[in-house]
Amino acid sequence: MEISDNMDLDQEISKTVGSPLLESKVRIACRDVNVFYNKNVQAIFNVNLDIGKNQILAMIGPSGCGKSTLLRCFNRMNDTIEDCVVDGLIELDGENIHSKKIDPVVLRANVGMVFQKPNPFPKSIYDNVAYGPRLHGLTQNNSELDDIVEESLTKAGLWKETKDRLNKPGTGLSGGQQQRLCIARAIAVKPEVILMDEPTSALDPIATATIEELMSELKSAYTIVIVTHSMQQAARISDRTAYFHLGRLVEVDETGHIFTNPNHSLTENYITGRFG
Amino acid sequence: MSNLEILLILIIAAVIAYYATKRQAQSWQASRDKTKLDSLPNYYGYFGAICTLLPALIVLSFWSFIEGNIISALVVSKFERLSASNASDLSLVMNEIKIIVESGLSEKNSNDLFYEKAAVLIERYSSVSLFLKVASVFALSILGFMYAYLKITPRFKARKKVEKTAVYFLLLSALVAILTTAGIIFSVLFESIAFFSQISIFDFVFGTHWSPQIAIREDQVSSTGGFGAFPLFWGTILISIIAMIVAAPLGLISAIYLAEYAQPKIRNVVKPILEILAGVPTVVYGFFAALTVGPMMSGLGDRLNEFGMSFEIELFAGLVVSSESALAAGLVMGMMIMPFILSLSDDVISAVPDSLRDGSIAMGSTKSETVWKVVFPAALPGIVGGFLLAISRAIGETMIVLMAAGVAANLTANPLNSVTTVTTQIVVLLTGDQEFDSIKTLSAFALALGLFVTTLILNILALQIVRRYREQYE
Amino acid sequence: MNNLEIVKAGLNKRYAKERRFKFYGIFSISLSLLFLFFLLFDIGAKSIPAFTQTYINLDIEFDKKSMKLQDQDSYSEETLFSASYSKLGRNALYKLFPEVTERKQKKALRQMLSSGARYDLRDAVLENNDYVGTTQNLWVLAGDDIDAFVKGLIDRNIPEADRRVKDYQVKWVDILEAQNKIERRFNINFFTSGDSREPEQAGILGALKGSFYTMLVTLLLSFPIAVSAAIYLEEFAPKNNWWIDIIEININNLAAVPSIVFGILGLAVYINVFGVPRSAPLVGGLVLTLMTLPTIIISTRAALKSVPPSIREAALSIGASKMQVITHHVLPLAMPGILTGSIIGMAQALGETAPLLMIGMVAFVADIPQSILDPATVLPVQVFIWSDSPERGFIALTSAAIVTLLVFLFFMNLIAIVLRKKFETRW
Repeated sequence: MEISDNMDLDQEISKTVGSPLLESKVRIACRDVNVFYNKNVQAIFNVNLDIGKNQILAMIGPSGCGKSTLLRCFNRMNDTIEDCVVDGLIELDGENIHSKKIDPVVLRANVGMVFQKPNPFPKSIYDNVAYGPRLHGLTQNNSELDDIVEESLTKAGLWKETKDRLNKPGTGLSGGQQQRLCIARAIAVKPEVILMDEPTSALDPIATATIEELMSELKSAYTIVIVTHSMQQAARISDRTAYFHLGRLVEVDETGHIFTNPNHSLTENYITGRFG
Repeated sequence: MSNLEILLILIIAAVIAYYATKRQAQSWQASRDKTKLDSLPNYYGYFGAICTLLPALIVLSFWSFIEGNIISALVVSKFERLSASNASDLSLVMNEIKIIVESGLSEKNSNDLFYEKAAVLIERYSSVSLFLKVASVFALSILGFMYAYLKITPRFKARKKVEKTAVYFLLLSALVAILTTAGIIFSVLFESIAFFSQISIFDFVFGTHWSPQIAIREDQVSSTGGFGAFPLFWGTILISIIAMIVAAPLGLISAIYLAEYAQPKIRNVVKPILEILAGVPTVVYGFFAALTVGPMMSGLGDRLNEFGMSFEIELFAGLVVSSESALAAGLVMGMMIMPFILSLSDDVISAVPDSLRDGSIAMGSTKSETVWKVVFPAALPGIVGGFLLAISRAIGETMIVLMAAGVAANLTANPLNSVTTVTTQIVVLLTGDQEFDSIKTLSAFALALGLFVTTLILNILALQIVRRYREQYE
Repeated sequence: MNNLEIVKAGLNKRYAKERRFKFYGIFSISLSLLFLFFLLFDIGAKSIPAFTQTYINLDIEFDKKSMKLQDQDSYSEETLFSASYSKLGRNALYKLFPEVTERKQKKALRQMLSSGARYDLRDAVLENNDYVGTTQNLWVLAGDDIDAFVKGLIDRNIPEADRRVKDYQVKWVDILEAQNKIERRFNINFFTSGDSREPEQAGILGALKGSFYTMLVTLLLSFPIAVSAAIYLEEFAPKNNWWIDIIEININNLAAVPSIVFGILGLAVYINVFGVPRSAPLVGGLVLTLMTLPTIIISTRAALKSVPPSIREAALSIGASKMQVITHHVLPLAMPGILTGSIIGMAQALGETAPLLMIGMVAFVADIPQSILDPATVLPVQVFIWSDSPERGFIALTSAAIVTLLVFLFFMNLIAIVLRKKFETRW
C-alpha cells in the first residue's frame, strides 16, 4: 500500500481506534503528545494512550513509526537529544513528568530502561548491578548492597550463572546474559516501570526465549513497555498492543483482539505482513 | 660535470627512450597484420625509460656516496705522515687540505708544501673518479636502453614489468622508515659504546657529578667523575612532572568538557583555537618562557620574599626564585603539551560508545556521574596511552628547556631552582666547534641513546595500549 | 523511607557536584585560552618596535677627503664602492652640535648613528654618482640605543647611571626632535637584509630564504616517498605479515621520537658519513624529511582508507590492474586528504628548531643563501639565535621574527583547513 500524502494519512487516522484510554489502574497516561526534532520535523502526532499497572504493553509498527521516540519520552531520555521538543501531557501515577517538581534523575530512578543492544558498563558484574544503588545512595552498608545485587540477579535469572564470577567484567558475558545483566541493573533500583527498546533484536532465539520468559515473570511487580519489531513476540508476551504508523497511534487494544480482529485497515495490513 | 648535470642528461635520455620504445610498439600496432599488443604502448615506453634510467641512477648515487671516502683513504695511504696520525688530527688535516682544493690550487695559499702535494693528489684522483663515473653511468644508460629495445616484442608483458618495478619502488619507500630507525641506532650506538668503554654505565647513570667541560684534560676524566648524568635525568624528570601536573588536568578536563558538555557551536570554535597552541613552534614557547614567564616568576618570588621579610612569614622570607627556574620551563611546557593531551583524550572519549552513556543516564545518573563513573573508566586505557605519549614528548622537548631552564647540573627537588636536562646538555655538547671524538662529545651520544631508548619504550607501550583500546570499540 | 525519597534526599548534593564539575571544565578551558591570548599578545606587543626604525636627518657632506678619494671629476663604480664612508655621518653630526668637544661625548655623539649608516650612504652614492663633492640632505639610520630611546623602550626618568642613553644624548635627541630631524619609519631593512650583529641592521631575509630552500628539499623528498610508502602499506602490503607490522610500529614510533634525535642522526650519518655540507639547507631538508615522513604517511593512509571499496571494485571489475585503479581512481580521490596531511607536516617542519641546531644551522650567517648548498639558517633557528643575543633591540626583532613565522604557519594551516572543509566527502 502506497501512502501518497500526509493529508490523506491524517484523515485516515483521524482518531485512534480500539481502547486507548483505561478506566482504572493507570500508570502512564499520554494526552495529545507531539514530538518534534529540529523544530520542523514532527515525529509523534497527537498520541493519547494509557498504560496500565502490572501490564505489558507492546508497541509495534514499521521502522520510523516513532515507537522508540515515544518510549524515550517516558523517562525523558529525549532530554539528552538537542532540538527535541516534547509537547503535550505525560503523567506517571497522575503526576506530570515534565513539571518542575519532577527531577529527571528521580524520574529515571523510577522508570528503568533496557536498550536494543546490551550495554553493560565496562565494570565487573557486581559493579554493574550495584551501579544504581550506589549512585542514588540506596544502601547503608555493603551487606545491604550484596543483598540487592543477589536479589536483582536472581530476579533477572542470572544469579546461578554468575554467582561465582561476580568480579569478572560484565562485557565478558554472552549476548543474552549481557541483556539479562542490563535488566538486573535496571531493577536494582526498584523502579515501577521498565521500558524496553527492542531488547531481543540483537539476540539469538534461545536467548530471546529466556528474556521473554523473564518479562512474563517481572510483570507481577513492574509495568513493562516494550518496543518490538517482532509481531510474534508482541503476541506471545504482551497484554495490550499498540500499533504505530508514521508517528500516529493507529490502534491499541487487547493483544488477542489486535492480532485476531483488528479494526483498522492499516493494522490489518501490517499484521498480515502486507507491508512493514 | 656535476651530479645535477649528469642527472639532467639521464632524465632527458629517459624521456627519449620512452618515446623511442613507445613508437616501436605503436608501429607494430599500425602494421598491416594489426599485431595485438600485450599492453598499451605507453607501458612499453615506461619500460624503456626505466631500463635507461634506473641502473645508471643507482650507480651514480652509490658512486657519489663513496667516492669522497675512497679518495681520502687513497690519499691517506700515500702519505706516511697522514696514515700515522690519530683520527682527530687526521680529520683536521684533511679538512684543511680540502679547503685548499676548494679554493683552487692556483692560489698559493698554503705555506706547507705537504698540504699542496696532498691537494694536488686529491684533485687528480677526483678528476679520474669523475671521468670513470660519467663514463660508466652513461654506458649503463645506453646499455639499458639497448636491452629494453631488443627485449620488447608484441607479446612482451610490458605492463606487468612496469607495475612490478613500481611496487618495488613503493616497498623501498616504505623501508625508509626502517632505515631511519636503523640510522638512529647506528648514529648513537657506536659512539655510546666508545663512551662506555671509558666511563662505566653505572657511573654514568647514578653518578651525581656532571661537569663535562673539565674533562677536556684527559687526566681528569676518571678522577673527577664529571660524567654522572643523574642530575640531568632528574632535571628532565622534574620538568616533565611539572609539565604533566599542568597539562594532564587541564587537557583532560577541557577534553571532557568539550566532548560531553559544550554545545557543538562552542566546541567547533574553541577546539581549533586550542589546537593553535599545538601548532606554535617550540622555540616560540622557549622565548616566551625565557623572556616573560621566567622573569615574571622570579619577580613574583622577590615580591613574596619582601612580603615575607616585612611580615615575618617564614615560608616566604627564604624564597629565592631563579629566573631560569624549573617551574617556569615546566609551566610553559605544560601549556605546550596541553592541546596534545586534549586532542588525544578527545579522540578516546569520543570513541566510547553512546550506548554506555544512555545506559548510565537511563539509570538516573547526572551527566558528571556518567562521565566519571562510566565514560572515564571506559576511556581510561586510551587516556593513559595518551598521557604516556605526552610524557615522552615532554622528555624529548628541547627548545623550551634549552632557552628557559639552566645549564648547571643541580640535583634539587625545589622547582624554584634551576636544573638542566638531557636534551639541553646534548645541544650544549654538540654545538660549537669541537673535535668529534672527544669524550665530551661522546657523552652527548650516550645521553641521546638514553633519550631514544626511554622514549622508544614509552611510545611503543603507549601505542599498543591505544591500539588495543581502539580495537575494543571498533 | 522508600527508594524515591532517598533519591530525592541526595539530589541537592549531586547537583552541586555537577555544577562544580562544569565549573572546572569552563575554568580549565578559559585558563588555556587566556594563556594562548597572553602568549600571542605578549609576543605581538614586543614585536611592534621592530617594525619601525629611527632615522636622523643630516646634511651629509660627501667631501672627497673624508671619503679618501683622489681628486677627479668622475669615478668608477669600483672606486666608489671601496671609498670610505665611515666619517661622513659623524662629520655631519659634529657640525650639527659644534659645542661637543669632549672625547667621551664625541664618541657618544658618533654612536647616535648606526654603524650600518655608512652602507646606506655608499648605496646612495652608487645610485647618484654626482653626490660626490656636494652636500645632501639625507635620512640616516640611528644607532640601536637611540632607536630604543625614541621608541620609548628606555625610560628617561630613571637615573642616568642605570640607562644606556646618557643625559647629553637625551638632550641631542630632544634638539633633533624639536627641529623635526628625527623620525620613525617603517623598517624595510627587516625584510630585505640578512642577519647582523647590530640589531638595527639585522633582517630575516636570509632566514626566510634558508627556510624556503630547506622546505623545498623537505617537500621534494618527503612527499613522494611518504605517499609511495603509504600506498604500499595500505594497498600492496601483505596482511598479517610481521615484517609489515614492524614497519608500521616503526612509523608510529618515529612520529613520536624526540626531534633532537633526528638532528643527531643528521650529524652522524649525513654529515660525518656521507659528507653532506654542514649548515646547508640540503642537510636540514634531509633531516626534516625523515621527521615529516611519518606525519604524511599516517595521514595519507587515512585518506586512502577513506576511499570506499566500492570504487576499487567498480574499476577492477572493468579490467583495470591494481596499479591503474590506484593511480586513476584512488589517488585522485584521496588527494585532498593527502595534501592536508602534507601541509600540516610541512608546517611542523617549518617550526622545527632543535634538530637543525645539531647540524650547524645555528651558525651566524650574514650572507643571504643562494642555493641549497650555501650555509644558511632558518626562521625558527634565527629566533633562537636572536633570543640569545644580549642587545636590547634583539628582543623586538626576535618577536617580529616569531610573528612572521606564525603568520606563515597560520596561512599554511588555514589552507589545510580550507582544503579539508572543501573536499570533505561523505561517501
